[in-house]
Amino acid sequence: MTPAPSAARPVVLQARGLGKRFGATLALEGVDLALRAGEVHALMGQNGAGKSTLIKLLTGVERPDRGSVELDGRVIAPSTPMEAQREGIGTVYQEVNLCPNLSVAENLYAGRYPRRRRLRMIDWRQVRDGARSLLRQLHLELDVDAPLGSYPVAIRQMVAIARALGVSARVLILDEPTSSLDEGEVRELFRVIAQLRERGMAILFVTHFLDQVYAVSDRITVLRDGCRVGEYAVADLPPAALVNAMVGRDLPTVAGVDAERAPPPDAPLAIDAQGLGCRGKLHPVDLQVRRGEMLGLGGLLGSGRTELARLLFGLDRAERGELRIGGERVELKHPADAVVRGLALCPEERKTDGIVAELSVRENIVLALQARQGWRSMPRTRQDELARQLVQALGIKAADIETPVGLLSGGNQQKVMLARWLVTEPRLLILDEPTRGIDVAAKQELMAEVARRAHAGMAVLFISAETGELTRWCDRIAVMRERRKAGELPGGSTEARVLAMIAGD
Amino acid sequence: MNTVAPAATSAAAGRRPWWRRPAQVPLLVTLVLFVAMAGAGGVLYHGFLTPQVFLNLLIDNAFLCIVAVGMTFVILAGGIDLSVGAVVAFSTVLLAELVQRHGWPPLAAIALVLAVGTGFGAGMGVLIQRFRLQPFVVTLAGMFLARGVATLISVDSIDIDQPWLAAVANLRLPLGGGSMLSVGALIALAVVAAGALLAGASSFGRTVYAIGGSESSARLMGLPVDATVVRVYALSGFCAALAGVVYTLYMLSGYSQHALGLELDAIAAVVIGGTVLAGGSGYVLGTLLGVLVLGLIQTLIVFDGELSSWWTRIVIGALLLAFCLLQRLFRRKEIKP
Amino acid sequence: MAETSGTMAASSAISSRWGRGLRRCLAHPQLWPLLTLILLLAGNGLFNPGFLALQWRDGHLYGNLIDIAHRAAPLALVSLGMTLVIALRGLDISVGAVLAIAATVAAWTIGHVSNDGLLPLWLAIAAALAAGALCGLWNGWLVVGAGMQPIVATLILMVAGRGIAQSISGGQILTLYYAPYSFLGNGFVLGLPFSLFVVAAVFALLQLALRKTALGLFVRAIGHNPQAAHLAGVRARAITLGAYVFCGIAAALAGLLVSSNVNSADANNAGLLLELDAILAVALGGSLLGGGRFSLAGSLLGALIIQALTTTIYAIGVPPQVNLAVKAVLVFAVMLLQSPLCRGQLRALLRLRAERRA
Repeated sequence: MTPAPSAARPVVLQARGLGKRFGATLALEGVDLALRAGEVHALMGQNGAGKSTLIKLLTGVERPDRGSVELDGRVIAPSTPMEAQREGIGTVYQEVNLCPNLSVAENLYAGRYPRRRRLRMIDWRQVRDGARSLLRQLHLELDVDAPLGSYPVAIRQMVAIARALGVSARVLILDEPTSSLDEGEVRELFRVIAQLRERGMAILFVTHFLDQVYAVSDRITVLRDGCRVGEYAVADLPPAALVNAMVGRDLPTVAGVDAERAPPPDAPLAIDAQGLGCRGKLHPVDLQVRRGEMLGLGGLLGSGRTELARLLFGLDRAERGELRIGGERVELKHPADAVVRGLALCPEERKTDGIVAELSVRENIVLALQARQGWRSMPRTRQDELARQLVQALGIKAADIETPVGLLSGGNQQKVMLARWLVTEPRLLILDEPTRGIDVAAKQELMAEVARRAHAGMAVLFISAETGELTRWCDRIAVMRERRKAGELPGGSTEARVLAMIAGD
Repeated sequence: MNTVAPAATSAAAGRRPWWRRPAQVPLLVTLVLFVAMAGAGGVLYHGFLTPQVFLNLLIDNAFLCIVAVGMTFVILAGGIDLSVGAVVAFSTVLLAELVQRHGWPPLAAIALVLAVGTGFGAGMGVLIQRFRLQPFVVTLAGMFLARGVATLISVDSIDIDQPWLAAVANLRLPLGGGSMLSVGALIALAVVAAGALLAGASSFGRTVYAIGGSESSARLMGLPVDATVVRVYALSGFCAALAGVVYTLYMLSGYSQHALGLELDAIAAVVIGGTVLAGGSGYVLGTLLGVLVLGLIQTLIVFDGELSSWWTRIVIGALLLAFCLLQRLFRRKEIKP
Repeated sequence: MAETSGTMAASSAISSRWGRGLRRCLAHPQLWPLLTLILLLAGNGLFNPGFLALQWRDGHLYGNLIDIAHRAAPLALVSLGMTLVIALRGLDISVGAVLAIAATVAAWTIGHVSNDGLLPLWLAIAAALAAGALCGLWNGWLVVGAGMQPIVATLILMVAGRGIAQSISGGQILTLYYAPYSFLGNGFVLGLPFSLFVVAAVFALLQLALRKTALGLFVRAIGHNPQAAHLAGVRARAITLGAYVFCGIAAALAGLLVSSNVNSADANNAGLLLELDAILAVALGGSLLGGGRFSLAGSLLGALIIQALTTTIYAIGVPPQVNLAVKAVLVFAVMLLQSPLCRGQLRALLRLRAERRA
């Protein structure tokens, strides 16, 4: 199915010379963007390149200081999200900005309810029927009266897309839609995107995943430091060139797993879990990680990876099995118990579970170490020293260590979280999706530091939905399926083998 | 069809019965507890289970009911309104002052009182939404202001003997079998019905729920968040003023020290009725149940007759505690999957 | 040319340093409550000559300023406790009832222990503080253990508390005939009222705990993001529980001062509506009611402002019913000034008018 040459396809949305300044920061300058009907256009760039600002300008959340936006040749200037919607621009945000307490049907029709003639009351029957038919267009069958919050993120995203369809969008903007999805759900999403493309919709797809860009998009626009580096046809831009455009330089090829670096098989066990389980959450699991080893933990969303991490870290109490840390049998009732024994957990949701946005970089970094130490405050000089060390080691880009962490980009926030745990010099570091939603360069800096520490003796449990990352970095890979351990694979296994074990063949 | 198969789609096969939906469980719990308490009263005290006893719950708590309906909307949107008791008192004073001391026709005075209450609420709403001030503090200051102005109008209580008002105050609607309802109780029922309709079937009501669920999402969905928040506080002010009118009829006086502590009773009623204080979940009918529960507690104590006044307070506190703990117990079982 | 540019550079460097210092001063969140207090007192001094005068008589310092501080002491104590609870995203509306309970317990203790020496005093203090701690423990358990929302959890004690106090006092106002106890609320040390020293001691203790230990960091972390703090190994539940206990103890201290001041314990009226004033004081002082950012000094300023306002109204001779209305207007004004959004709009408005004039 070769699509028609893109030059022939009509431009639906044309942005010219968009510029936006926030106080002293110039977020965007002179950016052009052309979205064509029936085309998937990827928007790429590092954190802080201006992608989210551009989206905000297109969707009416912010107004541009300079430049114009045209829809079907007509100049539009949406000043609220509602206006952008009415013009025909539908958006699906990374955090699926729908209301989880409202029903699916309501989320689809909020703000545009069909009404009965009497008293202008909402016609709920029409709402429900309309909701079902909208979802059917995406081949989805849901209980439209159930609260949206009872569905997983992947479904909520579909509902958000259905809502965009419902408002008769001509343009669909997808902002990092795959960050919370597993491989099966990503395939579903791409099927829907392809379907929408067939219908002539202009789609803007913002993502960090290079392979997804090449799987589904037709054109790519690259932003760097608020400016447009260029617009390319996918076929004309190989991955290395794309990364070069985004970062402005060539990234060294990833070293990855080095067989000589793997720890000796008789290295002492950092952690030894036997039959660890919790009724309703996890079937009994055996897991061992040696000093200096990086053990990968793969599996689909809901397979029990995070549940296992929570049990290992003392967030949940294990009902069955034993846990030995450094050879000693322990019962963890609180994360503090785990931290004292040299465990560390970098959680998946850095915004809600990880960083304290209002505290400074320094305070975030020393928080866990201080908590382990107790009431006696660490001297300020030592805090500064530790913070600066880690900022340098991980390449955290911040004005200074007193900057509130909330002002940093996603990638730098992730690094601060990692810094917090590295400072405690843990015996075992559990990383739950550490590279999710951060750009290529940041990913590398992060993993390089983790690998260096592993080489120095730190054990690592690396949870990731990206099998590519697991095979690239880990000495061994354990696979979870349906809340039990499906098996283990040695380092150097192919992605195909890992995927096969995940799928259960 | 779709290949993504979360647990919830299996529920699509058969829609969950309404009594098992998460938001309605607290409502059911409240109802069950209400029935249990009423039953206990019937067993313990003679003459407890007569219709008029229960109708009196409505008559004696009509003003609380009206205020609580307004409060429900505010809490659903994730806010809080501590000024309602003071606005009730202010309304009684203003109404009494206009009618008794300045000879205004009652309906005109009532219209003005309602307008002032609504405007007051809207004013607070503007401060809260436009300047992002904390609802707790703004409505607290509003409470001081309302009571303060009420005291300025009249320090002493103003008795009402205007014939029309007195007649309406004493009017009783016969319901057959010797039972009767007051005008105030009817107004309360009408407000509850209107409130339930507004919450369940108007875009204003659904926007309120959306804001309570996630204000940022509601904004991004294009809903008129700022206007709705101001309207919610205006509605609360209206309900407080209306409750003030009803209270004036009930007490036949206007006094700046009326309805002391009413806001906390209203919050308690809303919470007992199953609305979550954080917003986004709850029903207006639940609030009615909450008011009835509070009234029932008082009635039980009155029927007992032996409890000294301080034991009353302890018992109310204990019953509140039991209610809230039981609610939490049942809530925990229904945490979303 | 070089010299003038040099001096220009030097003067601009100096003025920019002044400018930066001034801007940092203006941005300080406690500036506004301090300014409000100063304005209130200064305004009083203008309208009422001799208002700000201080005299030394009978070995004590007398004056309206001392009076304001002395009367504000119970509110200040309760506000300090409330600040900590609010900083941890909680709320305690039962402090008035706890004050009444503690006062009643103290009075009861004195009435039931023989009047020799200072034993009754120490016992009364110990009993009152224990009662306050117990109340705080109860509130804390409901919030942390049973997971109730703070306003609902503390509402229960607020409703039942005065009933408990009355059951202790047998429904009567207990009068105290014990001189040493009277010292707490009426005594002087070094010429200043003893109550000021109590407040100063509690303030100093709290500041020490928050600044010199890791507690300050933990409180701010928990207040801003309790989930993240928990995951970082901070014992959030224990700290929150402790804050409620401290709040109860602070309320008990206030109860001691209040009952000692009037030599009686009134279960019905002691500390009535105190919780609202306390929350107001905390908000006026610049602490965020949503938790995270807090200021102990600000809460003290807030308590002083509220008391100064009451005193001002008496001093001007305005009828007392104006008190509430003026309090409300003042609170609105301070809140608006504290809101960065409002300040931004004011600045924009002033700039617009300056441009139009130019």
